[in-house]
Amino acid sequence: MTSLVIAEHDNASIKGATLNTVTAAAAIGADVHVLVAGHNAGAAAAAAAQIAGVSKVIHADGASLEAGLAESVAAQVLAIASNYTHILFPATANGKNVAPRVAAKLDVGQISDITKVDSPDTFERPIYAGNAIATVQSADAVKVITVRTTGFDAAAATGGSAAVETAGAAADSGKSSFVGREVTKSDRPELTAAKIIVSGGRALGSSEKFNEVMTPLADKLGAAIGASRAAVDAGYAANDLQVGQTGKIVAPQLYVACGISGAIQHLAGMKDSKVIVAINKDPEAPIFSVADFGLEADLFTAVPELVAAL
Amino acid sequence: MKVLVAVKRVVDYNVKVRVKSDNSGVDIANVKMSMNPFDEIAVEEAVRLKEKGVVTEVIAVSCGVAQCQETLRTAMAIGADRGILVETAEELQPLAVAKLLKALVDKEQPGLVILGKQAIDDDCNQTGQMLAALADMPQATFASKVELTADKASVTREVDGGLETLSISLPAVITTDLRLNEPRYVTLPNIMKAKKKQLDTFKPEDLGVDVAPRIKTLKVVEPAKRSAGIKVPDVATLVDKLKNVAKVI
Repeated sequence: MTSLVIAEHDNASIKGATLNTVTAAAAIGADVHVLVAGHNAGAAAAAAAQIAGVSKVIHADGASLEAGLAESVAAQVLAIASNYTHILFPATANGKNVAPRVAAKLDVGQISDITKVDSPDTFERPIYAGNAIATVQSADAVKVITVRTTGFDAAAATGGSAAVETAGAAADSGKSSFVGREVTKSDRPELTAAKIIVSGGRALGSSEKFNEVMTPLADKLGAAIGASRAAVDAGYAANDLQVGQTGKIVAPQLYVACGISGAIQHLAGMKDSKVIVAINKDPEAPIFSVADFGLEADLFTAVPELVAAL
Repeated sequence: MKVLVAVKRVVDYNVKVRVKSDNSGVDIANVKMSMNPFDEIAVEEAVRLKEKGVVTEVIAVSCGVAQCQETLRTAMAIGADRGILVETAEELQPLAVAKLLKALVDKEQPGLVILGKQAIDDDCNQTGQMLAALADMPQATFASKVELTADKASVTREVDGGLETLSISLPAVITTDLRLNEPRYVTLPNIMKAKKKQLDTFKPEDLGVDVAPRIKTLKVVEPAKRSAGIKVPDVATLVDKLKNVAKVI
């Protein structure tokens, strides 16, 4: 029994989501190998070899793998899939994009977004936007899994000394090409990795107000900025800031929800945060039912006051 | 060019589901069912492509119980030209649905297949990618913008940290993200018109697909409740609690 973790990386370094996925793989109880599929990704492969608990790194390098296209990465995984009983991807945009291609080609079902490993074939995963937790068992020979990173602690990024083995890169499918990327430029920590998140809802009323009110608070706390789906739908915040079942799942040390009512789909994305603060003028807002500290107040006065008091 | 759009009948997104007392699943008896919201966006996108003149026919497909006909009628009221129901009472998992869709792709030869990125019941986020793999098509998931020419699609995707644009050759699979479009309200005349549109029904056996589930649900439970904390009277108390009680700042 051996597990393969598909590393999330940017060719230069390993992304944090990989570390949580390694922990999930270790919980299965098998040897853990990591695949780094990229281009000029030697540094990422070397970093993967340092992760505690990893016994081997497979480094596939080629131009076809540079942009992480699903067709190429899936082909790369399939080329070595027969060596493994479990293939785990972080449930990131990349992991979700590639994993089902691998599962379908192997003719196995996929277990998405696991939050707990019960046994090598039994896992827990949230369904209905986190309103229920299903325990599921796979009868397939290979388990293709995506791992909800907030469900597992990060493995130590150093302390390991795995051997790095190189593999030939899969051929380009010729059917898909990468055109460009618009990365949201920000000096703030990444949402899924942030220790503190301040999040705004529809009550902010406009994109100008969203920035005007939320930015100083984020700056003061060194926090990442998040938003509810309602705020994103209304155009107050970019979609990649969306916290919730259909956006990012986060679990920071401190989550400050401002003007967010607390729809179930939002709660599903942040209720594992260590400490939750809610600022809302509606005393009946469901967000108060999960908040450690609730402040019933108008956010337009309370948030600037909070910024001043910090 | 034909476009195939897959639509799933799910518990309406406004319904708060309850876990059954025997922990065998969630109770969906007598709750309102609707089209999966991401699939509604998929239908809207296909219909807009037709209205722009780059697409000639929009075919909506649904797999599941007989009542999925209602979901198909909704798709046709938005503007799909005809519907196909693959009828079965069996629990359908994404791999099975992808295989059924692959069989229909072989039959209909669409230039594009559009699906929602995930269904709001099982939250799997698998079917589109699986179909692309089985049909050996390129894929562009989590689309927020689609531009179509005769043999290529330029698709902007929502990825972690921003947006990414891909150029994929057709035929291809696209899955929709929230911001791709805002589905129109269906009007009564269009609902009436949809009733007269063609709707064909197949069984999985007709398509030669084994839909037996691969993953068994052992139990379904309520998520652990997070208990409510305290209300603080003012900002000063809040800052004090965060500094001295929770010690997070």
